[in-house]
Amino acid sequence: MGERLLEVKDLKVGFTTEDGIVRAVDGVEFELDRGQVLGIVGESGSGKSVTAMTMLGLTRAHNTSFEGQVVYKGQDLLAMPERRLRDVRGNEIAMIFQDPMTSLNPVYRVGDQIVEAILTHEDVGKRTARQRTVELLRRVGIPNPSQRVDDYPHQFSGGMRQRAMIAMALSCNPDILIADEPTTALDVTIQAQIIELIDQLKDDFNSAVILITHDLGVVADVANEILVMYAGRVVERGPKRSIFYDPQHPYTWGLLGSIPRLDRPKGGRLASIRGMPPSLINLPHGCKFRPRCPHAFDRCIEEPDLRNRVEERRHLDRCWLSVDEKRDLREATIKGEEAAA
Amino acid sequence: MTAFIIRRFLGMIAVLFAVSILVFLIFIIVPGGDPASRIAGKHPTPQNVVNIKKKWGFDKPFYVQYYEMMRKVGTGLLPGNHSQYDVLRSFDDQTNVVHEIKKGMPATFSLTIGAGLIWLFWGVMVGVLSAITAGRWADRMITTVALVGISMPVFWLGIITRYFLAEKPSHPWFPDGGYVPLTASPWEWYKHLILPWFVLAVLFIGFYGRVLRSNILDTINEDYVRTARAKGLTPRRVLAKHVLRNSLIPVVTLFGLDFAAVLGGGAILTETVFELHGVGFYAAERVGALDLPPIMGVTLYGAFFIVLFSAIIDVLYAFLDPRIRPA
Repeated sequence: MGERLLEVKDLKVGFTTEDGIVRAVDGVEFELDRGQVLGIVGESGSGKSVTAMTMLGLTRAHNTSFEGQVVYKGQDLLAMPERRLRDVRGNEIAMIFQDPMTSLNPVYRVGDQIVEAILTHEDVGKRTARQRTVELLRRVGIPNPSQRVDDYPHQFSGGMRQRAMIAMALSCNPDILIADEPTTALDVTIQAQIIELIDQLKDDFNSAVILITHDLGVVADVANEILVMYAGRVVERGPKRSIFYDPQHPYTWGLLGSIPRLDRPKGGRLASIRGMPPSLINLPHGCKFRPRCPHAFDRCIEEPDLRNRVEERRHLDRCWLSVDEKRDLREATIKGEEAAA
Repeated sequence: MTAFIIRRFLGMIAVLFAVSILVFLIFIIVPGGDPASRIAGKHPTPQNVVNIKKKWGFDKPFYVQYYEMMRKVGTGLLPGNHSQYDVLRSFDDQTNVVHEIKKGMPATFSLTIGAGLIWLFWGVMVGVLSAITAGRWADRMITTVALVGISMPVFWLGIITRYFLAEKPSHPWFPDGGYVPLTASPWEWYKHLILPWFVLAVLFIGFYGRVLRSNILDTINEDYVRTARAKGLTPRRVLAKHVLRNSLIPVVTLFGLDFAAVLGGGAILTETVFELHGVGFYAAERVGALDLPPIMGVTLYGAFFIVLFSAIIDVLYAFLDPRIRPA
């Protein structure tokens, strides 16, 4: 692994609303090294996107409160003044978003929107910026880029727009690329292409990637490390293989069980996690997953800490069950018997 | 694109035709509208009325009358002197309708163009300022002022401003109504128009400000604005380039139609309060006399601008929003 790029320490983000404080992110910690792909996985409202947007200061508002640190190359981005943070945004840390259909401005040419990103951060001429834009479009796999550069977003398909967004994000050669559900709005056939493209360009551009998704299947190929989030917290964190083959948290089991797989017997129902994510204003006591957890027991009334419970390797989780109990219980959960019962 | 423009302008002609038919028919149906007995005076002899009917062609079928009226409007628009058979005359005072409308146009155009620039500029300012301060005290203040502006009727505001700013002998800062042609004296022209401009613009400023404010607040939440911010653009650039461009598009429609309506003689109240003898003033006067030819003339004149400007807006729209550009 390369140099340490990012260190998020005990990050907390709260939004003050009329109904109370929404604790969208509560004590998230992770590190990111150059060349690494970190997958952040969780349901809607688990705090993944807020975590990502906060790194870029995009959640700053008069009703938002922050705690903790986001250290990028030795500087705390949370404490950085807006003016300096703008130099980081799009330049050193770039982001691509969920819905490529709406993430490009419909009234400007695709190329001009990428040129704008280059001109914002680099002291180059318009012509150079345009040449680079064409080259970027070529690298993200847009056919006939020297013509398509003058197209408007509505003339691009969804997959092409996401490619253009990736080109825009990479236009200033960022250290970190944050991809927030980059494939959610795309056809399944396009999803794999986009993920592969991000993975490949990460090596070409020597960056690190944070891949945010609700679909463990999306990160299965490319992530090195996976962070599972629930109710603004990290509930499990470990190397990809460990998360997939030895998952420790019942929530992760639920996520794994809800992926359709070809190697399971036909005819069975796809498992789902019962219930709804908790309100972030009024969180349950103790373990936040307790009300939905099929294996909750009396100890869960106390909130478990994020700790390494597996002995063999570094794999953190927030669950009171012993490792042996978990290994017994999870097969059933992932196969969906609990959900069917 | 050319085909689109041509189609749009052919549509214009069809709409004008429909408008003229409707106005003509309404007049025929209106009770007490028989122009012959009106022209003949208070105690006409039956023979008198018959003669007038004959002379003015009221005895002819209505489609012939319609045709004649349209023919006269058409020739009236042509330059040169016309024979008396080619002139569209008022039933009431027998003046040449097309002339009268032309006479009113400089005042109406001066009023509209000046007021239009004022209300567009200040409407956008008000909208942007209240959007960027949304929810804070500046926004609340601007909103209150805008609502007061919208709620003040033109006839009231016009009379109040005239009374306090023009009629008071202690400070007659502005001329007390009337119109001076630009060609006669630009300074006097300006002085006479400044009150009517603002009085007419106040309503629109408040209204445009409200519309733009909500458009901006909608646009600010669009994903592409987040993209623009994530690029590292300054807030000013995000607002000017990515938010305003998109939220101004609906305002263009509003402006085009309002501008056309006022240009078409719609500022009847303002023109009347300030004694600007424009097209609106003329229309108001003739409507009171149930005088068909001028009403017909002014309606066609007004409809022409409305239809023209909505065609222009459609074309402009295609330039502003590439998504609706015809392929």
